[in-house]
Amino acid sequence: MNSSILSLLIFLPVMGVMGMLIVALLGKQGLMKTENKDVYKYIALAVTGVQMLLAFFLYANFDPTLSVTQSPFTVQFDWIPSFNIEYYIGVDGLSMPMVILAALLSFLCIVISWNVEKHVLGYFSLFLLLDAGMMGVFLSLDFFLFYIFWEVMLLPMYFLIGMWGGPQRHYAAIKFFLYTLFGSVFMLLGMLALYFYAPGGNSFNLIQLITQAPQIDASLWGFDMRFLIWIALFIGFAIKVPVFPFHTWLPLAHVEAPTAISVILAGVLLKMGTYGFLRISYPLLPEEAVNFSFMMALLGVINIIWGALNAIAQIDLKKMIAYSSVSHMGYVLLGMSGIVGTESVGAEAGMNGAVMQMFNHGTITAMLFTLVGVLYDQAHHRWIVYPMDYKDPELAGKLGFGGLASKLPIFNGFIVLAFFAGLGLPALSGFISEAMCFIGGFGSFRVLTIIGTLGILLNAIYFLRAYQRIFLGPFNEKYSDLKDMSFRDMAVIIPLAFLTLLFGVYPQPLLEIMRHSMSKLILLVQPFI
Amino acid sequence: MEYLSNINSLTSYLPELMIVITILAVFIMESISTYRPLTYITTIIGLIFAGLLLMISSSSTNLLFEGMIVNDSLAMFFKWLILLSTLSIVLISRDDGSVLDEVKGEYYAMLLIITLGMFAMVSAKNLLMVYLAIEMVSIPSYIIAGISKNDRESNEASLKYVIYGSFASGIMLFGLSFLYGIAGSLDINVVASKLSSFDSSLTVYMVIIFILVGFGYKISMVPFHYWTPDVYQGAPITVTAFLSVAPKAAGFAILIRFFYTLFIDNIEMLQWPQLIAIMSALTMTVGNILALNQTNIKRLLAYSSISHVGFMLVAFSIVSIDSVVSIMFYMFFYLFMNLSAFYMAIYMSNKYGANEIDQWNGVGLKVPVLSFFMVLSLASLAGLPPTSGFVAKVYVLRNLFAESNFLWLGVVAIINTVISLYYYFKIVRAMYFMDNDKLTVQDCSPILFWSIIIFSLQNIIFYFYWPNLLESLNMILINTGMF
Repeated sequence: MNSSILSLLIFLPVMGVMGMLIVALLGKQGLMKTENKDVYKYIALAVTGVQMLLAFFLYANFDPTLSVTQSPFTVQFDWIPSFNIEYYIGVDGLSMPMVILAALLSFLCIVISWNVEKHVLGYFSLFLLLDAGMMGVFLSLDFFLFYIFWEVMLLPMYFLIGMWGGPQRHYAAIKFFLYTLFGSVFMLLGMLALYFYAPGGNSFNLIQLITQAPQIDASLWGFDMRFLIWIALFIGFAIKVPVFPFHTWLPLAHVEAPTAISVILAGVLLKMGTYGFLRISYPLLPEEAVNFSFMMALLGVINIIWGALNAIAQIDLKKMIAYSSVSHMGYVLLGMSGIVGTESVGAEAGMNGAVMQMFNHGTITAMLFTLVGVLYDQAHHRWIVYPMDYKDPELAGKLGFGGLASKLPIFNGFIVLAFFAGLGLPALSGFISEAMCFIGGFGSFRVLTIIGTLGILLNAIYFLRAYQRIFLGPFNEKYSDLKDMSFRDMAVIIPLAFLTLLFGVYPQPLLEIMRHSMSKLILLVQPFI
Repeated sequence: MEYLSNINSLTSYLPELMIVITILAVFIMESISTYRPLTYITTIIGLIFAGLLLMISSSSTNLLFEGMIVNDSLAMFFKWLILLSTLSIVLISRDDGSVLDEVKGEYYAMLLIITLGMFAMVSAKNLLMVYLAIEMVSIPSYIIAGISKNDRESNEASLKYVIYGSFASGIMLFGLSFLYGIAGSLDINVVASKLSSFDSSLTVYMVIIFILVGFGYKISMVPFHYWTPDVYQGAPITVTAFLSVAPKAAGFAILIRFFYTLFIDNIEMLQWPQLIAIMSALTMTVGNILALNQTNIKRLLAYSSISHVGFMLVAFSIVSIDSVVSIMFYMFFYLFMNLSAFYMAIYMSNKYGANEIDQWNGVGLKVPVLSFFMVLSLASLAGLPPTSGFVAKVYVLRNLFAESNFLWLGVVAIINTVISLYYYFKIVRAMYFMDNDKLTVQDCSPILFWSIIIFSLQNIIFYFYWPNLLESLNMILINTGMF
C-alpha cells in the first residue's frame, strides 16, 4: 500500500477517464443508459473522493521529519534507461500541503461543476486529466517527469477554458496556452542544461542534482552557466506564478474560465510556479537563489502593490479577485526572499510563511471564486459597478447589486469570512501566513518590506469597497428573486471556511508538516550567503 | 567494402526490381480497360512484396553496380520509411476523390517510379547516380502535382514545380561538376579522399552551396522553399501528403550521406555547420511566421512542414552520431504525425469539401473519434509533451547541449515551438470551439479511418518502443561505417 499510494494519487484520475470512456462506449452500444449524463459526474466524484481520502491517509501516515529518500512512500525505478529518466515520485514537507490542497480542491470542484450541462463527458474527463497532471507535478522528483506533468495540464486547461468559459473564452484559452508554453520551453532549456552540465553524469534526478548542480562550472556568452539556468527556470516558473510583468494572462483566464476552473487555476496552478522555485530553483542553484533574493523581494513587492492597485480599479468582481491573487502571490515571493536572512528565525518564518501562504491562498481564493460563481449563476452578472458601456444604458455607471446582506444572510456570512480572510484579518489563516512572509522579508529587505505592507491597506480597500457596494446600502429590488445558498454550495464552502478558521487560530498542524523540510532547504542555501 | 559487378549486384537489388516489375505491370494494366480496376491492388501487392524482399535482404557496405549504389543500413532505414509512406498513401488513394479515377493507374505508376527514385536516392554512392535519382524523383512529382488536369491550381502547381525544380537541379549539377573537376572521379569515396587533401576552401564552399540548392529544394529549406506552399496547395491532397513526407526523408538521407562522407574531413576548414545552423534558424522561423496567417489547411501544413525541416536541420548542424540519430528519430515520428494530420485533412476535403480552416468548424463534436486523434497529431506536431513530437524535439535540442555548440539555435528553436502552437491550435479552435449546426456527419472509409488512428496513436504509444528504437538507430549508424 505504502509504495503504491503516490502512484495511485496520480493515476486514479486517469483510470477514472478510462472508466468514463468505457461507460460512454457501453452507452453507445445500448448496454447502459447514459442519457442523463449524471453517471459521468458520479464517476468523477467517486474518483476525486477516493483521491482525497488517499491524500488524507497519506497525511495521517506522513512523518515530516523524514526526507524523501527515507520516506516509505517514495517510488523510484528506471523509466527510460537510455536517457537516465526515472519514474521517481515522493512526498516531503513541501509537497504534502500542496497534495492535500490539490486533492481537496479537485473534489470540491467536481461538486461545484455539478451544474455543467454542456458536453458532460468531455468536461469531466478533461478535469480528471488536469487533476492527474497537478498531482504528478507535486509528486515528481525527476525533472523530466515533472516537466511532462507540467505540460500535460496545458491541453485540458485549454479546452476547459475555451469550451466552457465566458464570452472571451477563445482568446483567453489561447493566451493562457501560449504564455505558459513560452515559459515552460525555457524551463526545458534549463532542464537540458542541468542534465548536460551537471558534473557526475547525466541525470534528471532532482535529489541527485542538489549535490551536482551547484558544481556546474561553465559559461556561455560571457555569463555563468548557473546564472543562465536560473534565468531559464525563472521565466518558466514566474509566468505560472505569475510574477509581474508576466501576469497579464491571469486576469483574462480567471475571468473567462468557468467557476470550478477558476478555482483550480488560482487555487492550485499558481502554486506550481512557487512550488517550482522551492523544489527546483532554490535547492539546485542556492548561490543564484541568494543572489536573486533581492530581485525576488522586489518583484514580490511589485506584485503585492501592482496587483492590489489593479484590483482596486476593477468593477468586475471576478476580475478583482483575479488581481487579488496576483497580489497574494507577491507575499509568497517576499517570504521566499527571506531565505537570505542572517537570523535563522527570519529565514524560517519567511520560508514557512511562503508555503503556508500558498496553502492558505488556495483555500481562500477557492472560497472567493466559488461564492462569486454562486452569485453569478443566479444574477448572470457580477458587476460591482456597471461599466459605462453596459448593454442597458439606464444602468451604465450605476451600482450593480446593493443591500444583498439582508436578502442573502448565509451567503453574506460566508462572503464576509472570505473577504476578511482575503484582506488578512487576524484570526483567519491569511493573516498568519502574510505576517510570517513579512517577518521573513523584514529580516533581509527592510525598506522593501515596509513598502510591501502597504499592500495590506490596499487589499482592505478593494475588498471592503466591493463588500460595501454589493451587500450594504439600499436593497436593489431587481434582485428580489435571488435565493440564498443551496446545500450543495454550502457543502463546498464549509470545509474551506473551516480550514481558514482553523489555521487562523491554530496553524501548528500545517506548520508542523513543512517545518522540517524548510529547515533543510534553508541549511542548503544559507552557506552561500 | 568491395565493388560488385552488375550481375552479382542484382541479388542485392531485389526490392527495387520488384518495384520495376510492378511499374511495368501497372502501365500495361492501365492501357487495357478491363484490367484497369486492378491497378490499385497490383500496386499494393507489389509494394508489399518489395517490403518482404527488403526484409530478407541484408544490409552491407558493399558497393553495387560497380560503385553506383550502396545498400547499407542507413539506406535500409530510409527505404523502410519511404516504403511505409508510399504504401499508406496508395492504400487511402482508392476512395480519394482528389485524383480522378480515370488517371488513377498513371497516378499509382508515378508513385511507384518516385519510390524507385527515392530508393536510389537514399543509396546513391556516385555523383551521377545522385543526380539521376533526384531527377527520377522530381519528374514524376511534377506530373502527379498536376494530375488533376482540369484543375487550374493543379496545373499551376505543376508548372511552378517544374520551373523551380529544374533550376535547382541545374545549379546542383553545376556544383557536382566542380567535384568532378577536383577529383576526376564520380565515385563519392574517391571524391572524399581527394577533397580531404584539397586546400582551396572557397571552391569547396561553393560546391556546398550549389549542392545545398538542389538538396535544399528537395527538402524545402529556406530560401529554396518558395515552391512548397503553392505546390502543396495546388496539388491533389493525397499527392501533397505524399510530397510532405517521403521526398523529405529521402532528401535528408542523401544530405546525411553526402555531408558525412564528403565534407567531414575538412570540417575545421569549412565550418559548414555554421551555414546549416543559420539555414535552420531561417527555415524554422520563416516557415512558422508565414504559417501564422494561413487559412488554407494545405498551405498551413506546407509551412508547417518547412518549419519541421528547419528543426531537423538544427540537428544536422551538430556533427555527431547522436545528432544523426535524432534526425532519423524525428523523421520517423514526423512521418506518423504529419501523415495522420494530412489524412484527417483528406477526409475533411473529400467528404465536406473543407479546404479552409473555418470550414472545419464544429467537426470536433460531430466526429469525436477522428477529431480526438487529430488533436493528438497536432499536439505532436506542435511538440507538446507527452507526445512523440516533444521527445523528438528534446532529442534534437539535447545535441546542442551535448556538444555545447550553437546554443543560440536552441533558443530560436524553442521560441519557434511556441509560435507553431498558435497555428496548429487554430485548427483545434475551429474544430472544437466553433459551432456549426449545418454540418451533417459523413462516413469515413475504413482504411482512412484506421490509418488516421494507427498513425496518430504512434504519437503516444511510442513510449513502449522508444528505447529499442533509439538503440537500433544507433546500431544502424554504426553499421554504416561512416562514423
